[in-house]
Amino acid sequence: MLELLQGPLLISILAGMVRIATPLLFSAMGELVTQRAGIWNISVEGTMLLGAVVAYVVASTTGSPWLALLAAVLACALISLIMSFVTIVLKAEQFVAGLALNLLASGLTLFWFQTYVIGREPPKFAGFDQVDVPLLSDIPFLGPILFSQRLLTYFAFLLPVAVWFFLYRTKYGLEIRCVGENPKALDVKGLSVGWRQCLAIMFGSLMSGFGGAFLMLGYSDRFVPDLIAGRGWLVVVAIIAGNWMPFRVVGAIFIFALLEAVAIHAQVVGVSIPHHFFLILPYVASLVLLAGLRSRTHQPEALGVPYSRE
Amino acid sequence: MVRPVVVEELLKVRNLTKRFGAVAANDGVSLDVRKGEVHCLFGENGAGKSTLSACLYGYYRADSGEIVFKGKTAELNSPADALRLGIGMVHQHFVLVSNFTVLENIIVGSSDVGVFLNKSEARRKVVALCQECGIDIDLDREIWQLSVGEQQWVEILKALYFGAELLILDEPTAVLTPQQSDQLFRIISGMRSRGLSIILISHKLREVMQSDRVTILRKGKVVATVETAGSTAESITALMVGHKVTKHVRDRSVMPAGEFLSLRNVCAKGDWSEDVLKDVSFDIAKHEVLGLAGVAGNGQKELFEVLMGVRAASSGGFSLDGEAIVAPTSREMLDRGVGFVPDDRFLEGLIPEFGTAENLVLGWQRAPEYRRGPFLDRRKLGLLARKKIEEFRVVTASADLPVERLSGGNAQRVILAREFLHARGLLLANQPTRGLDVAASEFVCEKILEKRAAGFAVLLASEELDDLMRLCDRIAVIFKGRIMGIVRPEETSLLDLGMMMAGDAKEPERTVQ
Repeated sequence: MLELLQGPLLISILAGMVRIATPLLFSAMGELVTQRAGIWNISVEGTMLLGAVVAYVVASTTGSPWLALLAAVLACALISLIMSFVTIVLKAEQFVAGLALNLLASGLTLFWFQTYVIGREPPKFAGFDQVDVPLLSDIPFLGPILFSQRLLTYFAFLLPVAVWFFLYRTKYGLEIRCVGENPKALDVKGLSVGWRQCLAIMFGSLMSGFGGAFLMLGYSDRFVPDLIAGRGWLVVVAIIAGNWMPFRVVGAIFIFALLEAVAIHAQVVGVSIPHHFFLILPYVASLVLLAGLRSRTHQPEALGVPYSRE
Repeated sequence: MVRPVVVEELLKVRNLTKRFGAVAANDGVSLDVRKGEVHCLFGENGAGKSTLSACLYGYYRADSGEIVFKGKTAELNSPADALRLGIGMVHQHFVLVSNFTVLENIIVGSSDVGVFLNKSEARRKVVALCQECGIDIDLDREIWQLSVGEQQWVEILKALYFGAELLILDEPTAVLTPQQSDQLFRIISGMRSRGLSIILISHKLREVMQSDRVTILRKGKVVATVETAGSTAESITALMVGHKVTKHVRDRSVMPAGEFLSLRNVCAKGDWSEDVLKDVSFDIAKHEVLGLAGVAGNGQKELFEVLMGVRAASSGGFSLDGEAIVAPTSREMLDRGVGFVPDDRFLEGLIPEFGTAENLVLGWQRAPEYRRGPFLDRRKLGLLARKKIEEFRVVTASADLPVERLSGGNAQRVILAREFLHARGLLLANQPTRGLDVAASEFVCEKILEKRAAGFAVLLASEELDDLMRLCDRIAVIFKGRIMGIVRPEETSLLDLGMMMAGDAKEPERTVQ
């Protein structure tokens, strides 16, 4: 156990944490905006999976990770229209709609995987490369952890600040929060609740597209159907445990990411405890966080309630 | 009140008709509102006041007729249209975001704050509005920290900030304490002196008399528009109801006799285990109505709960018809023939989604007379409902229409019908006339007196002191969970009652038996 704390290993663990946190940050910040607009979109898991599949297909056919990313994000934005239609136009139960999307995504993925992937030579695909920030990456300790990452990781770490600024310092953020708290208050002033929710859902899905694509292109070397492995659900947990506040959500994500990084390194180092035990840590942590952080003071009041004029 | 000098019509409504199915909620309504006047819409529940105001602020589209605002025909397709023109609405149920600040609630959705929320300019504008209207409020507090009265000011400020020149206030004092109401009327007169016009929807005479003109509606039609200065409360009431309202008074030839309910030193704890009832003792005889006067929240609710067996007394106890009641349950109290009219009709008195028929047998659904084997006897329920709907003059489309669609007065009639059907001896009524219009409220009073004549013991809590004075044989005044004294109405003035309600105890010897 002691060797876990030694310098190079510690750096490796923390750098791993940052990389693991990247897709979670994308999805969580997207989902946070969606939920602040009052929509319980629990299809994060499925949307990330869709993003990963599209990224895999496009990357292996075109060889360009950036084209793959673009395709993944567009696909997720498109799929969000289903969620918008069902929840905003038809005013269906958001939870059920989200579950359905998750089932659809995992079902289609399995079908596609069984039909086109299994038993064939896995195609080669190029992922994202590491980008060392000049000068900063030379800082001892912090450099390799924070500044020798993939380009998207740098974006992911700026994202919470941007989302916070949007929600609390701009007029549109105020309107989005108003929609999540009391949509009628905006409706009576002549502003569309539906459009704002639709855009919030689309932003959320788009960000999950980033998350899924990064997981494929910046984290894995091959596609497996359970690539997402519950990360979409961890994101939902992080939002609840973070009490719907951007930086607390980030805190929860770092806890999950750190535990996963520890789990991976424990395998490599060869700790005597079975490594499966380490693998479940993030999920155990999600339960503990949910049980421990029960404050829901910032939960949007109209979260999950379809809006209609009486 | 100073009358406006310039008479200029801001709003003209011509022959407005709005139908819901076969019912005309507004039938050829015409109305003028002048610039800088407080114009009251007065009428009973269901007279069409709310429908008219909903048409005026764009919530409903009128079927026919014309609305002219500032000399131009107004096309009102949504509340936003109305707000753009300058017609603002303050709803009875506020439309506020409870964890936004006052300022945020006012500016959200406004186009003049800039993308990056430049609040200082908006703040200046709101502060100026506050000063002009005499509103004193901290703009940085969040809504949940404010009193109901202050929240209403925020609604008013919202409308004014968006440039409303005509403000519609729907029953604005329904949720306010008397002090808050007075403050509201000071603000209203502040707005009027700024040249704003106000439409005040109300069925409280006291408020109507503070307006400049009154338009009286009855059954969807305008009965008359009169200058308040040249009218009396009686003349306006008569116009509203269409006939003179007979106020029922208890029959003094029937004397209370034979102790029925008897409380001795009842104490109880509240929801946060604070003391809510302290040594409450009184008796009620058969043929007697005992009034319970007090400002709401002084233990009335808890007292009724103890008597209904849903809140345990921490010490003391009570007996019913000479029999001591030990650790009662609500089932036991119902079986002992206690009828209970709770103060919150839709929360405690009824199941809003159920129809009249089902609500009529609530609590008695297992009684053999409503069952056929293990099943409810639908046919019998239907018959019963039709009979009670007629007897209690409930206005409803059918016995199965969910009661949430009924007006407050009609919902109360359903509760009375149920409790009167099953009660045998004791009737407990907490604020039975709250929020009801003159006719509905008088109906309730009449029914309560019928029970007194039939030999019931009645406990009646009310904030309407005039009602207590004419209905009750004796009045107990409650203050902070303690009975301040029990007096006879004929020996007591309203002033005395008011003093006792504010905590000024009577000498013990004034307590009458």
